[in-house]
Amino acid sequence: MSAVRFLAAGDAALVVEYGEIIDAALIDAVQQLDRRLAATAVPGIIETVPSFRSLMVHYDPLTTSSAAVIAAIQALDMDSPIAGGTPGRRWILPVCYDATFAPDLADVAAATGLSTEDVTATHAATGFTVAVVGFLPGCPFMAELPAAFNLSRRTTPRTRVPAGSVAVAQKLSVIYPTESPGGWHLIGNCPIPLFDAGWERPALLAPADAVTFRPIDAAEHARILAATRQGDYDPRRECAA
Amino acid sequence: MSGLRVDRPGLSTTIQDLGRPGHQRYGVPVSGALDPLALRLANALVGNAPGTAALEILALGPTLTVEADSVRIALVGSGVGLRIDGSEIAAGRSVTAPRGAKIAVGGFTDAASCILAIEGGFDLAPCMGSLSTYARGGFGGFEGRALHAGDLVPLARNAATPGPERKAPPIDYGGGPIRVVLGPQEDWFEPASIERFFAEPYTITAEADRMGMRLKGVKLAHSKGFNIVSDGIAPGHIQVPGTGQPIVLLADRQTVGGYPKIGAVIGADLPRLGRMRPGDIIRFARIEVADAEAARRKQAAAFAKLVQAIGPVVVVPTTEQLLGTNLIGGVVSAAPPSPGEQALATLSRKR
Repeated sequence: MSAVRFLAAGDAALVVEYGEIIDAALIDAVQQLDRRLAATAVPGIIETVPSFRSLMVHYDPLTTSSAAVIAAIQALDMDSPIAGGTPGRRWILPVCYDATFAPDLADVAAATGLSTEDVTATHAATGFTVAVVGFLPGCPFMAELPAAFNLSRRTTPRTRVPAGSVAVAQKLSVIYPTESPGGWHLIGNCPIPLFDAGWERPALLAPADAVTFRPIDAAEHARILAATRQGDYDPRRECAA
Repeated sequence: MSGLRVDRPGLSTTIQDLGRPGHQRYGVPVSGALDPLALRLANALVGNAPGTAALEILALGPTLTVEADSVRIALVGSGVGLRIDGSEIAAGRSVTAPRGAKIAVGGFTDAASCILAIEGGFDLAPCMGSLSTYARGGFGGFEGRALHAGDLVPLARNAATPGPERKAPPIDYGGGPIRVVLGPQEDWFEPASIERFFAEPYTITAEADRMGMRLKGVKLAHSKGFNIVSDGIAPGHIQVPGTGQPIVLLADRQTVGGYPKIGAVIGADLPRLGRMRPGDIIRFARIEVADAEAARRKQAAAFAKLVQAIGPVVVVPTTEQLLGTNLIGGVVSAAPPSPGEQALATLSRKR
């Protein structure tokens, strides 16, 4: 593993940084530390936020200090088996790749040198790991697609991306939980709710969860959407692998 | 149901407490009062626990009708004070308003926000452990949004606890430059730009809300571009997008972001920052983490003393009343009573 850096983030948070790029090994290192910290009650830590290459540790400066938190992290035995901590859950999410939901599929095919069928087949065959949930509540950033998918975002972001849009960029895939602006390439739509403030865990997907996609046709997409609106579709049950 | 009926909502009046930590890994912002010191003090004045949810008022306050037997309230954070049926009541003290009374908070310019706390708080179910409103996400507080005219905001108590009203000395928010801890991406900026960031003034633009405030001033030069691989965002973090103009992130900040962050405003200066308004000028000063933590502890200790200094409001009878009752002596006040206090004393006797 590359050298760990402890970086300041004000006086109530610090960053444990493993690198500056998006890389499966870094994502794994962050999640290992996250689980290990969750299993070790370090006084004064309020919460941790995993992202691609670093873990943000929020702490209470009235009961601990940056120095004490860093010392506690350095004292962790990173080679021992993790006692407790929640390993990620596994999900199979429905996705419809029909043209109506995939305005950027042709662009992605051109950029990757694949056919549109191969783009969606590759997306559906990839075993993703949720690296970050953010940007919007419940919005998962999932790694990682093959190298050909190392695409820049769109030059001009869209002002309105429909809820449920499944998009790709930078070897990652994302699902927009609600309508929002966005600059990623849209290749499909996932008709399930990803966030509910009333759920015990408000986001369906959490960092370290494993996700694969199940292609569905437009009719099934419409059925799931209708069932969701009537409250007859609970993705926590329907999509658990 | 006991409640406060909203006659006029004001510019943006939301329910806030000390925030919703613990869910940032799911992309849920912390939210909470922009001025947590005002929230704590207002709650102390009405006898609440420090983190009880209250109304946070931005720029122009609401008019509310009491639909309960009585409510004890306190406004803290702006000198504007409030009016009960037209009688002026100073900020920084509690007051009890009877059923049917109109509570009005006008416009104010001495702070971006102020807090109106109510004894007992609201009869609302917490969302993810908090009553803070996150309007962008549509959850928390009252129906996940700012108050509208006609809303009945339910109260936990139907009547104020009998007892004297209380007042507090003003909060010392500190002065001087806003202190910033560098990092985590200070190495994404030209060293000369970091120097100028601490040397030059920045003005708060009109693009300022609960999420953050865009500043205008010396353009900061990135040394390695302005797109980092997204990482966590801390309270008061100052991100710098491609424009080179800093954005300070406040209570409703997103949990992760992809712009380099030059540093973060320290906790002890966040309440003061949260009170600043468009057009205000900010100067920044660099501070090390250990000193920032010490400043936070010092502020907490000073604030605890302030809460201990809360004492009863002494209502001084008017000359007319003194003559009427032939009462001399026994009541001493360092300050003359405000017209509002006198009017209210009369008001409570009438009712």
